[in-house]
Amino acid sequence: MITAGIDMGSRSVKVVLLEEIKVDGAPQLNYAVKKAHLMMPGDIDADQAAEKAFTEALAAAGVSRDQVKSVFATGAGRKQVEFATEGVTEMTAGARGAVYMYPQARTVVDVGAEEGRGIKTDADGKAIDFAGNEKCAAGAGSFAEAMSRALQLSLKEFGEASLRSDKSIPMNAQCTVFAESEVVSLIHSATPKEDIAKAVLDAVASRVCAMVRRVGIEGNVVLIGGMVHNPGFVASLKNAMDVDQVLLPDLPEFVSALGCALIAAERQH
Amino acid sequence: MNAEVAAATVAEAAPEKKEFWRWQENVWFDETKNWKDAKIITCGIDVGSVSSQAVIVCDGELYGYNSMRTGNNSPDSAKNALQGIMDKIGMKLEDINYVVGTGYGRVNVPFAHKAITEIACHARGANYMGGNQVRTILDMGGQDCKAIHCDEKGKVTNFLMNDKCAAGTGRGMEVISDLMQIPIAELGPRSFDVDVEPEAVSSICVVFAKSEALGLLKAGYTKNKVIAAYCQAMAERVVSLLERIGVEEGFFITGGIAKNPGVVKRIERILGIKAVDTKVDSQIAGALGAALFGYTLMQKQAKAA
Repeated sequence: MITAGIDMGSRSVKVVLLEEIKVDGAPQLNYAVKKAHLMMPGDIDADQAAEKAFTEALAAAGVSRDQVKSVFATGAGRKQVEFATEGVTEMTAGARGAVYMYPQARTVVDVGAEEGRGIKTDADGKAIDFAGNEKCAAGAGSFAEAMSRALQLSLKEFGEASLRSDKSIPMNAQCTVFAESEVVSLIHSATPKEDIAKAVLDAVASRVCAMVRRVGIEGNVVLIGGMVHNPGFVASLKNAMDVDQVLLPDLPEFVSALGCALIAAERQH
Repeated sequence: MNAEVAAATVAEAAPEKKEFWRWQENVWFDETKNWKDAKIITCGIDVGSVSSQAVIVCDGELYGYNSMRTGNNSPDSAKNALQGIMDKIGMKLEDINYVVGTGYGRVNVPFAHKAITEIACHARGANYMGGNQVRTILDMGGQDCKAIHCDEKGKVTNFLMNDKCAAGTGRGMEVISDLMQIPIAELGPRSFDVDVEPEAVSSICVVFAKSEALGLLKAGYTKNKVIAAYCQAMAERVVSLLERIGVEEGFFITGGIAKNPGVVKRIERILGIKAVDTKVDSQIAGALGAALFGYTLMQKQAKAA
């Protein structure tokens, strides 16, 4: 049986096709990711973007539409995925996917483009509690993105540059809009770019950490979402949360889509 | 590549950088009076995050002002603002008895005798501009927003401030003005030129509102309608700040956004009260208050002597 999870984020669409693997003819909860597909919708509308990403994922996996038993959607734009049978919240999907990948995880930190959140989960991957910063770009990927633009560094360079700094420059501005001016004045005052990059990522990490602390940091921590690709942010987050280890999945952007597809599969039984 | 294409490429590479988001700089003085007849001349200089104002007060009455952009350093901005009005009326620094600095750059006003917070100065300025019935002041500045309560003398009794978030401040409006490529002074009038009043944009955050605005344009909203949705969001945002402190009648708005009827009328609509009218440029309230404080101090000194 094949199911699909579509995570319709504010900046990208993630599709996971999941196949149930039968062991000795009896269905067990073993699944294989058939195909993960990410798309950044540029100028196309959200509803078309979901359709396009899904079609591309099917083609890449060599699966026809009829073979997909059910499609679940999550993410801020989940209502725009018209062909999905059901929607689940980002918290539910994120917790489910993270615990499937790391059964020992109890705290999930999800930092996407427009939202950062902390989720507390139980052993079954059910979200028990969460705290997020809806409505504010500070403490989310957009903040880091805006600042790397101001520094004229690619996101990759930005994350790596931060690792080369051992300074802790406090950012006064919480707001992304004001922080951008602050970064510009730091540039003008000849502050090294790596120190500025670290100051920015420390600021995002401290905002994210404040949200996670609201639900409480317990057990193993998993970080999901695109910011996993930023090693500077990961270091800043570990430091802010005061934990030795943060589990980092290989395909961090797809964890919620995976959770979504898993929930879709379970509902089939 | 032919010449025409080459020219077009060059033009694209160096677009003319228009500053849609700036208010016009302006200098004004009261032509019916002569400052040389005044006994006491005081000056207030408000160095804000976006604009700086210098106000000249003669014997406790507004005489002239200059409002201009804040440069990248406070002392120069203060000097330039004052020089602008002094040149206009043929005054020299030694003609001024007392100078008070205010605003976020107040500690950097070179020739100031004293620095006073902008909260006190805005209340005092509003009391002069709107009369002694003013009790609630909303100061919408370039990078912050304050709700202030004052008594009949213009003395602050309570205040609340948002300087953490660009939403509900001039900065938020500048972003939209830039995005729409429409001069800031036209935003207000345009926001009423719509077929139906739209809902406010749902994003409070300026960063997200920007992408939301683009989405609305793509969905077929006219520019004016997007501006209206944005003005409404900004009005709702500042009203929530006002409501935390409570709104008493005698409501007065100062700062740059007070010049944007698109936001002001929507605030009035939500609150169900009309703001007190004034003929004076709302942006000079802080500097005017500072100059009036200077006048009070001079009077006290004269009495003591």
